[in-house]
Amino acid sequence: MSQAEDIESVDEDGVIESVSGPVVTATDLDARMNDVVYVGDEGLMGEVIEIEGNLTTIQVYEETSGVGPGEPVQNTGEPLSVDLGPGMMDSIYDGVQRPLDVLEDKMGTAFLDRGVDAPGIDLEKQWEFEPTVEEGDAVEPGDAVGVVEETVTIDHKVMVPPDYEGGEVTSIESGEFTVEETVAELSSGEEIQMHQEWPVREARPAGDKETPTEPLVTGQRVQDGLFPLAKGGTAAIPGPFGSGKTVTQQQLAKWSDADIVVYIGCGERGNEMTEVIEDFPELPDPQTGNPLMARTCLIANTSNMPVAARESCIYTGITIAEYYRDMGYDVALMADSTSRWAEAMREISSRLEEMPGEEGYPAYLAAALSEFYERAGKFQLINGGEGSISVVGAVSPPGGDFSEPVTQNTLRIVKTFWALDADLAERRHFPSINWNESYSLYKDQLDPWWESNVAGDWAETRQWAVDVLDEEDELQEIVQLVGKDALPEDQQLTLEVARYLREAWLQQNALHDVDTYCEPEKTYRMLGAIKTFNDEAFDALEAGVPPEEITDVDAAPQLNRMGTAEEWDEFIDEIENDLKEQLRALY
Amino acid sequence: MKEYQTITEISGPLVFAEVDEPVGYDEIVEIETEDGRTLRGQVLESSEGIVSIQVFEGTGGIDRNASVRFLGETMKMPVTEDLLGRVLDGSGNPIDGGPEIVPEERHNIVGEAINPYSREYPEEFIQTGVSAIDGMNTLVRGQKLPIFSGSGLPHNELALQIARQATVPEEEEGDDDGSEFAVIFGAMGITAEEANEFMDDFERTGALERSVVFMNLADDPAVERQVTPRLALTTAEYLAFEKDYHVLVILTDMTNYCEALREIGAAREEVPGRRGYPGYMYTDLAQLYERAGRIEGKEGSVTQIPILTMPGDDDTHPIPDLTGYITEGQIMMDRDLNSQGIEPPVNVLPSLSRLMDDGIGEGLTREDHGDVSDQMYAAYAEGEDLRDLVNIVGREALSERDNKFLDFADRFEAEFVQQGYDTNRSIDDTLELGWDLLSDLPKTELNRIDEELIEEHYREDESETAEAVQAD
Repeated sequence: MSQAEDIESVDEDGVIESVSGPVVTATDLDARMNDVVYVGDEGLMGEVIEIEGNLTTIQVYEETSGVGPGEPVQNTGEPLSVDLGPGMMDSIYDGVQRPLDVLEDKMGTAFLDRGVDAPGIDLEKQWEFEPTVEEGDAVEPGDAVGVVEETVTIDHKVMVPPDYEGGEVTSIESGEFTVEETVAELSSGEEIQMHQEWPVREARPAGDKETPTEPLVTGQRVQDGLFPLAKGGTAAIPGPFGSGKTVTQQQLAKWSDADIVVYIGCGERGNEMTEVIEDFPELPDPQTGNPLMARTCLIANTSNMPVAARESCIYTGITIAEYYRDMGYDVALMADSTSRWAEAMREISSRLEEMPGEEGYPAYLAAALSEFYERAGKFQLINGGEGSISVVGAVSPPGGDFSEPVTQNTLRIVKTFWALDADLAERRHFPSINWNESYSLYKDQLDPWWESNVAGDWAETRQWAVDVLDEEDELQEIVQLVGKDALPEDQQLTLEVARYLREAWLQQNALHDVDTYCEPEKTYRMLGAIKTFNDEAFDALEAGVPPEEITDVDAAPQLNRMGTAEEWDEFIDEIENDLKEQLRALY
Repeated sequence: MKEYQTITEISGPLVFAEVDEPVGYDEIVEIETEDGRTLRGQVLESSEGIVSIQVFEGTGGIDRNASVRFLGETMKMPVTEDLLGRVLDGSGNPIDGGPEIVPEERHNIVGEAINPYSREYPEEFIQTGVSAIDGMNTLVRGQKLPIFSGSGLPHNELALQIARQATVPEEEEGDDDGSEFAVIFGAMGITAEEANEFMDDFERTGALERSVVFMNLADDPAVERQVTPRLALTTAEYLAFEKDYHVLVILTDMTNYCEALREIGAAREEVPGRRGYPGYMYTDLAQLYERAGRIEGKEGSVTQIPILTMPGDDDTHPIPDLTGYITEGQIMMDRDLNSQGIEPPVNVLPSLSRLMDDGIGEGLTREDHGDVSDQMYAAYAEGEDLRDLVNIVGREALSERDNKFLDFADRFEAEFVQQGYDTNRSIDDTLELGWDLLSDLPKTELNRIDEELIEEHYREDESETAEAVQAD
């Protein structure tokens, strides 16, 4: 949380009237909606969420045990804001942007104490500032005046804040500065520091949204191949527990070709966040080879951390994402899980005794969800550049029932739907994305990219795979009744091809060093190899070879080893040759 | 400390009293009835002039003349290493006739969240000696792995077996790292008979001296169930993070805990969530389950095995559902397997251990562990599917390949899962048994296993298999 500026006005003190869990009411508090306040003798951080006559309702971001009526409430007069500036990459925050490593130091214990605050970025660290404009140049809001090497991967652009007027640069020089020191002065009298603040509940200004035409390459075959997401697109991953939501999210955070990744662990497991904290610094970024953390900002508000901070962590994350978008970067934001966020809203709402909507969720659930997802997109920036935010939200439907309000309201907004399937997970088919239920509305607008960057016949090859899987789905119903052997020979063969599609192509082992990431070319070549098998097999069938002999050829099971093959190009060439040779030898 | 005789309303487990000075949220309250009994409670909501109090022991016997004392502090658990070997009631008072507990420290029972930055990722394999767990759903130190069961299933036997047999393999070789193993048992609303079973087993095996038992029985006040697991976990955290114990916490039965939560929610006239359970049940359960783990720089660990009975064996019921979203997997008990006499009747297909992948493999268990487990999952799932088909078309109509998978599924249940509650299998035994079963399948079907591992472990023909079994 922002602490960079001293709190000047302390004369608007109020008094606590009642306490019920994270909801506190106060009297005589002179505050606006969404102002941040410090509650009680310990100064717990809270936010104003309702004003009624002389009574102000506050949601408190920390545990309220022991807080009682009569204790003071102090208003900061500022809305809940994040500190923006260099130092956010390679950081781990709680839901209100307090750095968790700093908290550990300040509290001196592994347990999260109360009433300790810390600024979101290091205010003392010196950064090497390199101007990109000269004195006399005119700059407007959003324009960069210089860069700072934030991490090995990311050049942090120091921008004129969007709420400035802009003007001619009157003074600017390179050198070492802290984030609070002025690095440039403008003719309008405005001074530019590396540090900006922005209220989290308000989207940072940007120009028009454009239609995204470039895929967010995830390195996951089923996602890239069948249900692609665009840079600037939105996706939802709903699935019951144990279906692999978190692994899927983490794979995206690790391998997607975004410049910046903001990963929000919203109301999830502590050990999972620890895994990310331990793994990411050691994993290389597939684009640059630098550590993954150098492009990652983590927000961890685990399920046992205060519920109000869980409500705000989504906003903290998207505001940070927007800030990097304004620098022209492609940002990917993963929120795991938006259901926990919705539940936090529900919990606060029920403590406020608001009239509930569906299943006890507040009536504004749909509005809050769409407001959040609409902050994604490919944008014209106010400085004329381009930047994008792709949002992937995990959804945890109770009982795996997709008809519940959070899933349904999410599906109305997002354009890519990766439906996780507990059945597939049970048989260890990972990623357990169900190919019959999932969809992507970006397919058509992304095909040109695939055709010019990967293969000209991409769209047809993919459609072939979809058709085979569809046919298998229908045939399985018959097989369930009469057994496989009762099917005509060509259909038996189709089932076999579909099996390879499922086992060799759709399945991908996130734990295998090679298989965990699959570049688009490999995704295409692997699919091609299965299609070769298909074409050759049907030729053989037509020539009168019985299906058992066709499926028995030695080269066929090799298809299952394509994913883990390191020298995949040669490996696939070899399989294709072997398949042709062995199958043609049968007739 | 001020005393009030200002009770205005009594409703279910709640008491409302007028006060003239501020009272803190969550503060502890003592209520003295006219017949001299003292009941304890906790402030649920504190407003200017009036507080609502949740009474742990039930509100029976309280009238408007009862006096209310606010102790000015939140609930604390007196902790000391001397708690080991003791049996306490659901509010933390000794019921074993032993001496008073002299606390070294008093800890807030609500507990604070562990900073995710300070956690250490759990990856130390715990050998439970149960093949269905060790082989397929490995437990690691610091994990929370619940048993999802149903009424009438032998979940208690399994929990006891784990508590008895759990070891970390290296330590068996006398490599003592100074950390000892302790069991904390928190019972919520279990019957006196079940309680006796547990106590008998603890005493029979001598496990009691390294255990702390908290007993809230079925006829104890339901509201007390809110406190019992928190006392247990506070004790566990103390032993683990201040006294370097490796603590295994068994909480049974979480369903009773959630029922108590619903009861209080209803008494407070809250807006209910799914099936009448309060909307904050996820947060509330998370505050229990998340109190498992390891902390960087500390020797000890807290591992949790909560047990819950799924109403109607329905895993989409809010209690198992919310639990599954918080815990790191689940062990699923199965009624069909139970009626077939499989002990323990663990259905591995819907079971899961999320931390397994990091706790197994070379240097931890065995290089082939991951592949073997994956392959057995896939093969068993396929066999299960085929069983449906057999019911319709009969075995003769299936191919030779399909019949092999059917046989595999049968052997898997009868030999791998089935072991009895007194058999303690080492991880090597479990994996060798796995290879023994997998070797019945054609080599080419083992597509989840690395080729080199197949070469090393696959048993080519029957004679070799027989030898290997004998060698075991």
